[in-house]
Amino acid sequence: MQPGNLFPLVVVLIAIAFALGYARSRAIATPLGGIRHLKSLPFYYAARASLWCGLPALIIFALWLGFEDKVIQTMVIGSLPADLQPDSPGRASLVLSQISNVASGALSPKFVPEPIAGAAERLMALRAESKMMMTLLVICVAVLGAFVAWLRIAPHINAREKVESTLRKIFFMCAGLAILTTVGIIFSVIFETIHFFNKVSFVEFFFGTSWSPQTAIRADQVGSSGAFGMIPLFVGTLLISGIAMLVAVPVGLMSAIYLSEYASRRMRGIVKPLLELLAGVPTVVYGFFAALTVAPFIADAASWLGIDASTESALAAGLVMGIMIIPFVSSLSDDVINAVPQTMRDGSLALGATQAETMTKVIFPAALPGIMGGILLAVSRAIGETMIVVMAAGLAANLTINPLEAVTTVTVQIVTLLTGDQEFDSAKTLSAFALGMMLFIVTLALNVLALHVVRKYREQYE
Amino acid sequence: MNTMNPVIDQDAKVEKAPEPPAGNGINDADLEGRTVGRPFADAPKFSLRDVEVFYGETRAIKRISLDIARNEVIAFIGPSGCGKSTFLRCLNRMNDSIDICRVKGQLQLDGHDIYDPKRDVVELRARVGMVFQKPNPFPKSIYDNVAYGPRIHGLANRKSDLDDIVERSLRGAGLWNEVKDRLDTPGTGLSGGQQQRLCIARAIAVSPEVVLMDEPCSALDPIATARIEELIAELSESYTIIIVTHSMQQAARVSDRTAYFHLGHLVEVNETNKVFTTPQHPLTESYITGRFG
Repeated sequence: MQPGNLFPLVVVLIAIAFALGYARSRAIATPLGGIRHLKSLPFYYAARASLWCGLPALIIFALWLGFEDKVIQTMVIGSLPADLQPDSPGRASLVLSQISNVASGALSPKFVPEPIAGAAERLMALRAESKMMMTLLVICVAVLGAFVAWLRIAPHINAREKVESTLRKIFFMCAGLAILTTVGIIFSVIFETIHFFNKVSFVEFFFGTSWSPQTAIRADQVGSSGAFGMIPLFVGTLLISGIAMLVAVPVGLMSAIYLSEYASRRMRGIVKPLLELLAGVPTVVYGFFAALTVAPFIADAASWLGIDASTESALAAGLVMGIMIIPFVSSLSDDVINAVPQTMRDGSLALGATQAETMTKVIFPAALPGIMGGILLAVSRAIGETMIVVMAAGLAANLTINPLEAVTTVTVQIVTLLTGDQEFDSAKTLSAFALGMMLFIVTLALNVLALHVVRKYREQYE
Repeated sequence: MNTMNPVIDQDAKVEKAPEPPAGNGINDADLEGRTVGRPFADAPKFSLRDVEVFYGETRAIKRISLDIARNEVIAFIGPSGCGKSTFLRCLNRMNDSIDICRVKGQLQLDGHDIYDPKRDVVELRARVGMVFQKPNPFPKSIYDNVAYGPRIHGLANRKSDLDDIVERSLRGAGLWNEVKDRLDTPGTGLSGGQQQRLCIARAIAVSPEVVLMDEPCSALDPIATARIEELIAELSESYTIIIVTHSMQQAARVSDRTAYFHLGHLVEVNETNKVFTTPQHPLTESYITGRFG
């Protein structure tokens, strides 16, 4: 049976186990004088039967699907005659793909050596056998599990406690999965980073002022040594993020103040969703807006003023990125400002303060921790943004703080490094992981800082 | 008693049916603009004539006329939802911030219209201070809480002037001795009663002529309440005080005159001892004898 059919079948079995378990617990309860004489409600006995039915079967199902291919491949390779045995992992995968091509009919058996054609038949047979065995095993385990649980329905068994503890374990595993994934990502990045630092020194990476990750493919190639100084990239990132924040923080904050303190209910109902629409525009769209509209405009304006400017500039990318993150700042700030108790406003207004004085002297300080949190979130977003920069600020790693020049950022470099065609263990490719690690540390530090700021000032008006 | 339900009142208006009895067989029409007792005074601080307040379509205050004399303490009492807080908030235009709220009638402070469109609300509120039901100190230091008003009104030219104002206000609110060593600590860290006295200090720091108090003791324990009541007695020497309260004992203890509100009507106003000993209106009598409210 196909795995696609087996899974619904198991679900049906689980449902049947539930129904049977429910019926049996009712049946057992009736002669005792009702379900209140059972240790648990019938629902829990039924749920326990379902768990016994479903959990082991699904675990076996998942393991089987996970290891099936590997086992079959090993068996097929092992059955090949000695002279065809592959001597390296590369050869092995070549032979395997040949075999599976023959098996799937993409390659005629006439064009391959006879043992390979035989192996292909074997592969087909093993696959069919495996499917058969899996179906049988899963169904048997499910039925057996359900039967055992069904037999064990008895008034003195506390099924509720057992179901609860199983559920708790399932919830824990789900939570653990997310954490494990994060840890896995961190470790994979760390190992590649260590590889990178075996090839390039710490000092060069952290203090080098030149970024040119072109390493030689052949020993005699010209320009064989690359430069891996990350400073130009981080300066570029900071420059663009800084410009973006210069746009987003004042505009976002002031629109939040307008929306929460000055706008009528009607106005707010119209403006707020429109503003949040900005957050829904794909970054690629912002990217070509920046590259095709804003950047040329800036270049024209600069040349009109007699300043030298390239058509790719940090200013264009930063301005558009700033517009993109306005809704982050405004939406979060608006929420925080609204959360400041009305009694604060009344207290200030009753003393004869104007609306603006109330805003700047009472509401804003009270809302500041939340606003800071929103701003730091926006900074993280700005640092991580890639698309707009690729399209509007270019790829040239210039070490400059002139916003009219082309610069590049950490994320952009990671993309270009990993979409290159060099081998995976070259310093060029590995440097992407080192950059990723740095980026991760920086954004983590920002998040921790944001949390700390929010916690430190939170209790002020509560 | 279903006559206490404002919903019924509203329905009646929609259907143009006769107004329902307002209690003890008395109709709304009998109450409107027919305040018994002594609502008027000579040369009053506030002169309020035919005041009506609407929340959207709902008429929350129904043609109330009242004078408030200089340096008197007047207490507004009445069952919940009778409009006493709404009426109080008209006196320094705190209702302005509520979109759907409209105020009609003639409201004058020292002979000048409060709701004149050209009227400077900032100046009005500097003269008519307010203390709220729940203590609402700003999340700032005790010093900055009291100095807030004087700063925005530019009352002090030098730091030492401001220090004087802060000390005088805190002494006036009976809080100075408790906080003089920790003026730089947050005002929110004080106890509830201290916070409310801080709010009173904050209100009197701008030297208002009138202090409005909206149930200033409802969130406080009896001891803190007693402190605030003593304070009201002291403050009454220099300020006109209008206090909304749910406690009839409090009204009896602190006020010179008492005004009884019922479903948006001002039913009776008189010297406090007269209201509590010989009420003239049957509704007042029912309320103060505890039959409803």
